[in-house]
Amino acid sequence: MSATARKAGFGAALWDYLTTVDHKKIGILYLVAGIFFFILGGLEAMLIRIQLISPNNEFISAQFYNEVLTMHGTTMIFLAAMPLIFALMNAVVPLQIGARDVAFPFVNSLGFWLFFFGGVMLNVSWFVTGAPDAGWTAYAPLSIFSEGHGVDFYAIGLQISGFGTLMGGINFIVTVVNMRAPGMTYMRMPLFTWTAFIASVLILFAFPALTVGLFMLTFDRLFGANFFDPAMGGNAIIWEHLFWIFGHPEVYILILPAFGVFSEVIPTFAKKRLFGYSSMVFATVLIAFLGFMVWAHHMFTVGLGPIANSIFAVATMAIAVPTGIKIFNWLFTLWGGSIRLTSPMVFALGFIPTFTIGGMTGVMLASAAADFQYHDSYFVVAHFHYVIVGGVVLGLFAGIIYWWPKMFGTMLNEKLNHWFFWLFFIGFHLTFFIQHFLGLMGMPRRYWKFLPDQGLDLFNLISTIGAFFMAVGTIVFLYNVIITQVKGVKVSGDPWDARTLEWAIPSPPPFYNFKQEPLVRGLDPLWIEKTEGNGKIQPATPLGDIHMPNNSFVPFMMSLGLFIAGFGVMFQGTYWVLAVIGFGITAGSMLYRSFKDDLGYHVHKEDLEDEKGDGSNG
Amino acid sequence: MADNTNSNEKQLYYRKKHKEEMKHHILTFAMMIAFTLIAFGLVIAEVSALFTIPIILVLAAVQVLFQLYYFMHMNQEGHEMPALMIYSGIFAALLTVLALATIVWW
Ligand code: HEM
Ligand SMILES: [Cu+2]
Repeated sequence: MSATARKAGFGAALWDYLTTVDHKKIGILYLVAGIFFFILGGLEAMLIRIQLISPNNEFISAQFYNEVLTMHGTTMIFLAAMPLIFALMNAVVPLQIGARDVAFPFVNSLGFWLFFFGGVMLNVSWFVTGAPDAGWTAYAPLSIFSEGHGVDFYAIGLQISGFGTLMGGINFIVTVVNMRAPGMTYMRMPLFTWTAFIASVLILFAFPALTVGLFMLTFDRLFGANFFDPAMGGNAIIWEHLFWIFGHPEVYILILPAFGVFSEVIPTFAKKRLFGYSSMVFATVLIAFLGFMVWAHHMFTVGLGPIANSIFAVATMAIAVPTGIKIFNWLFTLWGGSIRLTSPMVFALGFIPTFTIGGMTGVMLASAAADFQYHDSYFVVAHFHYVIVGGVVLGLFAGIIYWWPKMFGTMLNEKLNHWFFWLFFIGFHLTFFIQHFLGLMGMPRRYWKFLPDQGLDLFNLISTIGAFFMAVGTIVFLYNVIITQVKGVKVSGDPWDARTLEWAIPSPPPFYNFKQEPLVRGLDPLWIEKTEGNGKIQPATPLGDIHMPNNSFVPFMMSLGLFIAGFGVMFQGTYWVLAVIGFGITAGSMLYRSFKDDLGYHVHKEDLEDEKGDGSNG
Repeated sequence: MADNTNSNEKQLYYRKKHKEEMKHHILTFAMMIAFTLIAFGLVIAEVSALFTIPIILVLAAVQVLFQLYYFMHMNQEGHEMPALMIYSGIFAALLTVLALATIVWW
């Protein structure tokens, strides 16, 4: 196959994406799926807020409210935020370290399809006996007694998508450890790569706890096990522990890459090297380390006793220190910089105060004694939306806008980006700032209704109005995406005048990324070449053949098999046949994969010489 | 790169190194067999469980380390990263078990 071969037609393009093992295309798949689920979760959020627009509202039924609330949280965390993080990691990390792809392209594709089929599985529940209704945390014993198959969909759907996430995490660890270009030492890695790397380590250590918990839940519900049933010698608290041993690192899996995005955006648009690079790396590692010993701050009211509560309270407060280091480093990077107020930069500037408020309420919640008041109230809802929306979501959108040219070769309309930011940002604060006070006034979270004349009416109305602002902002963004792609105006490889390696190659990059391995001479390699060299990254190796992996449909089939098998395991009886078929497809695909030698192909040197220069060879 | 070094010297060096490695392999292999015999021996001899269980656990841990370091070559250079990952993983797992043991089951 020649380097320039291009298939045409919709069918061919679809087949190309179904079988691709190219990290850039898998990044786009994650992006599209993540945005789809983000819209779905957003619609669910709007249903919640419309239900709560006025006291004693009957807009949706209590049962449906529970389902919508559960699916909103589950969708946003597992099916929107996680894949969008993986979208950026796939699109950016290999380019930032000067690699031609991730370490295991096949596994990368398998990770995506497992995630995707898991997400579809969860949402099929809407049409079969109703969606999960026990909260995104699925606490036992509620999740054990929940009727219908909703929680079964939760357990099996998350299990399948969790396998995908684990594979993705392992893949990025190996990629960063083994695939860095000559000269790209650990302490020269851009911060986005660092945070992606540490987040992957967190995935590797945190997701197994979820896997174990979900297996126990599945066996309790479907096969008569009694892990969480005290009457049979089980213990309901174990689920909470397992869930939060996974759950707290999970929030850092989400926020660390967002920190990484801002650590790229701020130096680029302040035209300054990141202040305190090594302390940023240190703070990232420290947050990850501490993130593993604080999970019980979600369980202060469970009755662990004063000693356990105190230990976890102190450990939690300690995390504020590395987080503070980061905040100050960003501020000092801005200090004295020549600032360009592009939209990613505006997102970054909006993020800093918003996230700081979220961190502050976090420290409030971490004092165990006070948490007895805040727990399960809207104060908690306000807190986690300040960190998740004000931190993760702003970071994701900043990253998507910043790297959009690299992914698609086009530039989103800046004016609409600013409109999006202001609508979303104002809407966000309207929605959630006021929820702090609703919580302090005693409004419990996850309730279907509130009563009139308790002083809650006005604030709930304001909160719902804010949600509509956010929805309009999101629509502006989607409109922007569509008109930008329809117009299709191409931009250069380095439209932001940026500093890191990914901007040294064309947008979008050729499928082999770097024609020759780049030579990295320091932190911010492209900036070094711009200021000290000729503005081009020098090659580290002579031009040679490039070895590329073949596309494969096997990952899709493996994931499809597990998807089908899930229904068999869930409905049992005559449906067991589905499990046989599904596991058969998966096992068959695995056998096929292991017996077939797939050695990939070579792009020949002569073909590469015909192509336009990619910047890396001067 | 290194073609210009004296190939005879190199050969000698590698031969010596391989010999040493072989010695280690055989030694650890023998010790692992011995450990297994001790473990079985303790159970067969019906020594008190209070003594047997910790001893077996310690022997198992040492065997795992032998496996990793001598047979999976973690004692050689370039394995710092896998070692770091393994030990962080063990740390996370121990922390979990310790916490569950103290606050749930105690
Ligand atoms: C359009 C913006 C959003 C709005 C209006 C919104 C609104 C809400 C509301 C009203 C609740 C229910 C609170 C309760 O009664 O417990 C909620 C819960 C939640 N939200 Fe959001 N949300 C938005 C975006 C997000 C995003 C982007 C994420 C995550 C990435 C997220 C994660 C969660 C989680 C984890 C819960 C808890 C669900 C549960 O306890 O079952 N939200 N949100
Ligand atoms: Cu937490």
